[in-house]
Amino acid sequence: MTTVSQSLFRQALLAPDRAAPDGLRDSDGHPAGARFDVYRNNVVVSLVEALHAGFPVLAKLLGKENMDGMARMFVRVHPPSSSLMMFYGEALPDFIASLPQLSHLGYLPDIARLELALRHAYHAADASPVASESLASLSPEDLLATRLTFAPSVRLVRSPWPIYDIWRYNTRAGAPKPTPTAQDVLVTRAEFDPLPALLPPGGHAWVQALLQDHSIGKALDFAQQDAADFDMTGPLTLLLTGNAITSLKDKD
Amino acid sequence: MLDASFKAGSLPAGAGVGYKPQHFTDITQAPGPVKWLEIHAENYMGDGGRPLAQLRALAERFPISVHGVGLSIGGEAPLDTDHLGRLKHLLGWLDPASFSEHLAWSTHGAEFLNDLLPLPYTNTTLARVAAHIDQVQTTLGRRMLLENPSSYLAFAESTWSEPEFLAELARRTGCGLLLDVNNVFISATNLKTTPQDYIDAFALTEVGEIHVGGHDEDTDEYGAPLLIDSHGKPVVDPVWALLDHTLTCAGPLPVLVEWDNDVPDWPVLRDEAARAAAALSRVAA
Repeated sequence: MTTVSQSLFRQALLAPDRAAPDGLRDSDGHPAGARFDVYRNNVVVSLVEALHAGFPVLAKLLGKENMDGMARMFVRVHPPSSSLMMFYGEALPDFIASLPQLSHLGYLPDIARLELALRHAYHAADASPVASESLASLSPEDLLATRLTFAPSVRLVRSPWPIYDIWRYNTRAGAPKPTPTAQDVLVTRAEFDPLPALLPPGGHAWVQALLQDHSIGKALDFAQQDAADFDMTGPLTLLLTGNAITSLKDKD
Repeated sequence: MLDASFKAGSLPAGAGVGYKPQHFTDITQAPGPVKWLEIHAENYMGDGGRPLAQLRALAERFPISVHGVGLSIGGEAPLDTDHLGRLKHLLGWLDPASFSEHLAWSTHGAEFLNDLLPLPYTNTTLARVAAHIDQVQTTLGRRMLLENPSSYLAFAESTWSEPEFLAELARRTGCGLLLDVNNVFISATNLKTTPQDYIDAFALTEVGEIHVGGHDEDTDEYGAPLLIDSHGKPVVDPVWALLDHTLTCAGPLPVLVEWDNDVPDWPVLRDEAARAAAALSRVAA
């Protein structure tokens, strides 16, 4: 009797040109053809749909047909490595970057990275923010010496492309058209909905340094190396309104 | 084997629906005949955010059934202990009324294939699945329900019928069974058997929950009917009739309406749940 191992089943599953394994049949004893294709179709279609759901802006930019085509290629090369489908597609940005047929749309990988960051923020652990007054009450010296702890939902995405403008143009009615510029994005989640915000020049270095547990003053040094006129007021407001800061730590 | 201290299921013998986040407000404001909710375990394995907040709120009002789709109990490989750990964590804080999984596999090596794939029914697979169920029940400290699959094809090597295979698993491990009546109808049509015979051969005393759902109709390359378990349409009349037959034989049980794709507005799903509630009221009367 022919036994069908799961290895054999799996090999045929993701290889559309391969015959269904021997030992699978219909009730009349015919070898399974269309019947095996049901599983093939279920696997590929469900994974392609998961990518559509997880990368809605990418899908909009590519259009349904191109997104389907790209996703079908991706799922065969990178099937999920975990049953946690909520994080499926980690390898998609690099995969897109490797496709010569999409090289003329250089911003796509960073849009996919932004959408991954939003998804991670959505599922991140809840956190209790500090009151904004707790920072306002510090003397300037103490403020500069303070280090911050952040909510797990905080994410940074750096790009040479206008990813914030592209994201906004494709998700908000009436948003202005993107113009060619490099944009760094901060993702916070004030309650349940992750929100991307545009960081000014130096802002990425500032938040990055804070995430790495440097003091506000030290982070300011890093930021001003990137942008001499960096002012932390705007990014600090983004962190506070995004409920991103969960505690203040004194100098070591 | 089941430990006497294990938790058993306690879903009410009423109508339930598969919970979809877009129905959150409707369900909390106008549940209609819906007495309990089922969630897919894997969607609630994130660390926080809206999914878990909604689930906490729903669990205060409804008994919850946790239905896993990613454990790969029918897999040749050992169970993924990380996944089992996530499941234990979820069941630990939620303390749901029931936990169920599928007689299927979905993981191969490091890959998760995101579908419920079939296995042959042999003495070898019986022993392996029983060992996996033992491991799950021991780790979780509760009795689980195992669901019959929808079949599109048969394995030439199978030596057990599906109802006998499931009954023997229940006998060996003490697990309960989840009887998906739509799957019975699909498999019987696809494999040219009689759905009532399947129900009559089923270990109905072990059933802790029933599923109904919609399917798609297709044909294979020989022109034979090929039904596909899509959960994207209303339940068809022959499946409602099969539910009536099942409830007449088994008595009232928790009945779930599954609708996972092309999910309709709440009133449509609520009306499907009302049909399930009506079927239950006929056997309770």
